[in-house]
Amino acid sequence: MLSADDLYRVPVDDWVQFGVEWTALHLRPLFQAIKWPVEAVLRTIDGTLQAVPFPIFVILFALLAWRLATRGIAAFSAFSLVAIAFMGLWKPAITTISLITTAIAFCVVIGVPLGILCARSNAVWRIVRPVLDIMQTTPSFVYLVPVVMFFGVGTVPGEIAVVTAASPALIRFTNLGIRLVDKETIEAGLAFGATERQLLWEIQLPLALPTILGGLNQTVLTAMVMSVIIAMIGAEGLGLVVLQGIGRLDVGRAAIGGIAIVLLAMTLDRITQALANPEKKARGQLAQAVSRLFLGARRQDVGAPLMESK
Amino acid sequence: MTTRLTIEKVTKVFSDHPERALALLAAGASKDRVHAELGAVVALNGISLSVPAGAIYIIMGLSGSGKSTLARCVNRLIEPTAGRILLDGEDIVTASPQRLRELRRSRMSMVFQHFALLPHKSVVENVEFGLKLRGMPAPQRRKKAQEFLAIVGLEKWAGYRPVSLSGGMRQRVGLARALATDADLLIMDEAFSALDPLIRSEMQDELLQLQKLLHKTILFITHDFQEALKLGTRIAVLSDGAVVQEGAPQEIVLDPRNDYVAAFTRDVDRARLFDAASVMLPAAPIVIGADGALSIPPRMEGRQAFVIDGGGRFLGAIAASDAASLRGKDPGALSLPREAAIPMKAKLIEVARALNAAEQLAVTDEDGRLVGCIRGEQVLARIGGRPSAAPPAAR
Repeated sequence: MLSADDLYRVPVDDWVQFGVEWTALHLRPLFQAIKWPVEAVLRTIDGTLQAVPFPIFVILFALLAWRLATRGIAAFSAFSLVAIAFMGLWKPAITTISLITTAIAFCVVIGVPLGILCARSNAVWRIVRPVLDIMQTTPSFVYLVPVVMFFGVGTVPGEIAVVTAASPALIRFTNLGIRLVDKETIEAGLAFGATERQLLWEIQLPLALPTILGGLNQTVLTAMVMSVIIAMIGAEGLGLVVLQGIGRLDVGRAAIGGIAIVLLAMTLDRITQALANPEKKARGQLAQAVSRLFLGARRQDVGAPLMESK
Repeated sequence: MTTRLTIEKVTKVFSDHPERALALLAAGASKDRVHAELGAVVALNGISLSVPAGAIYIIMGLSGSGKSTLARCVNRLIEPTAGRILLDGEDIVTASPQRLRELRRSRMSMVFQHFALLPHKSVVENVEFGLKLRGMPAPQRRKKAQEFLAIVGLEKWAGYRPVSLSGGMRQRVGLARALATDADLLIMDEAFSALDPLIRSEMQDELLQLQKLLHKTILFITHDFQEALKLGTRIAVLSDGAVVQEGAPQEIVLDPRNDYVAAFTRDVDRARLFDAASVMLPAAPIVIGADGALSIPPRMEGRQAFVIDGGGRFLGAIAASDAASLRGKDPGALSLPREAAIPMKAKLIEVARALNAAEQLAVTDEDGRLVGCIRGEQVLARIGGRPSAAPPAAR
């Protein structure tokens, strides 16, 4: 039988090996520069959150969930956290929350401006779009290869993989949200003499916000998934609990790790979904909460009753 | 009347290479030929108009006629391919981006078909939007926005979001937003087309009321000929990117240039459009001088005659047979029945009502001078829509 190996073998693996080694050697300062801010933010957030006593954290988290979403979701959040705590997984769960929080911060800082850029320029979007396509179809597992090569193993390199995997959704949704803004509204802005910047802040971003928050939901869920997978390159957190359980054939430990991951994922999903779909909550309160979160607190609201009968 | 806005040979071609299309058009090619040869769409083909200050100038046409494109060329939401647009003599087409922004902020504003309000802002924030863009301090612009909200009767709704308002109310907000910048040129793009007929009519009346107060120059785009007649000082009828006919509403209905325009005029309620002055005939009155000297026209039609004094002032009607009895009377002390007179601005429907009681009517101007007379047949001929039956009297 004729095998392809007998004819010719293209040494792609050798090329890649050489390329990666060369890059890792010569671009080391670049990777260090990338790693440094991620490490700083992650250490700060993890240190802070770990320092908060468990009951206070549960209360604060539930209050936040109540403010951003509904009372039901707040109750569910409190229940999840308490359940995780009493399964003895408090510390790894907080690490996972820190990983996700850090990822959100970096994704927003990178993703939203990039999304805006994509929405404004078709040329940029033509380049970014196939890159996002590749990133989103690549199994998250595959991200680990270059990350280990360039950044090494551990929690911080893992976090870089999380940010890389989670940011495409936010870029895509920001781009989409801005492009979907009603054409007549844009015309109104221009007709009254808005500059590009005014157009962005007064019209495009506020109207695209629900879509962007939809993207944030996707980003958070991807970050959640990735924060578990990076246990394979030695990152701490709930993923490590599961991995250790499997490694020691300790089914019970693997299972509680899994339960904790599901509870945490559902909590984060519900909260971010409620952010993206304001109808579920009284309009005024949510709009205020969101605008305070994302647009700064100084926006004055007229405070008149909305949808009141005549 | 001064001209506020002049549109000179404005052409808009949607194409990547408009120069070739322009060259072809200049050589006299038709729109269809340009499209067949170059694939370029000619939206506007050499439009020239001049809009007097203080007028409600109607751009009227069906969809695809280019009317919205023309409106957007004026504030350059769409860039014209060729031509000049002069606002008080300043060319908008060649204005720098900074200058264009200034013009948009202070000289012209726009009202949109679907209102284009910002859903995340309250009503009063929407109204002050233009002022905010201009950088006016918050307390000042809030005060001004509230003034204009009061003008459109929505001051109580200042704190609500546009979602909680009805269509008519939303367009009032749109109108207040456009007025708040004190721009003297208002572009209203199908502003009332999305409203229910009843609300639309109400808004039209309100716009006319506001216009009496504010004296803006309004470029009003519509596909509704009735609306054009009701609001328009002048009307330009657009078809296929070119002006088919331009003139005062009565002129267009009286003398449609082609079948396209005639199709619009067919169902017009002429009794409410035309006024007495447009159908009156020259009168042959009895003139009574200050000294009582009487001049009786040689041939009097009908049983009734009109009497005027030496200055042309209408004094009343008298039976033709009694004309001689006026000799030597003092015109100041004369008391004759005056019911048979109607102002020249009166619409034919009122003329018809007045004609019920009289055989013919005297038409008077604002100062009470006799300018003509009307009999039933003139009114009927005009309402019947046969322009040749009654040549318009000199005005």
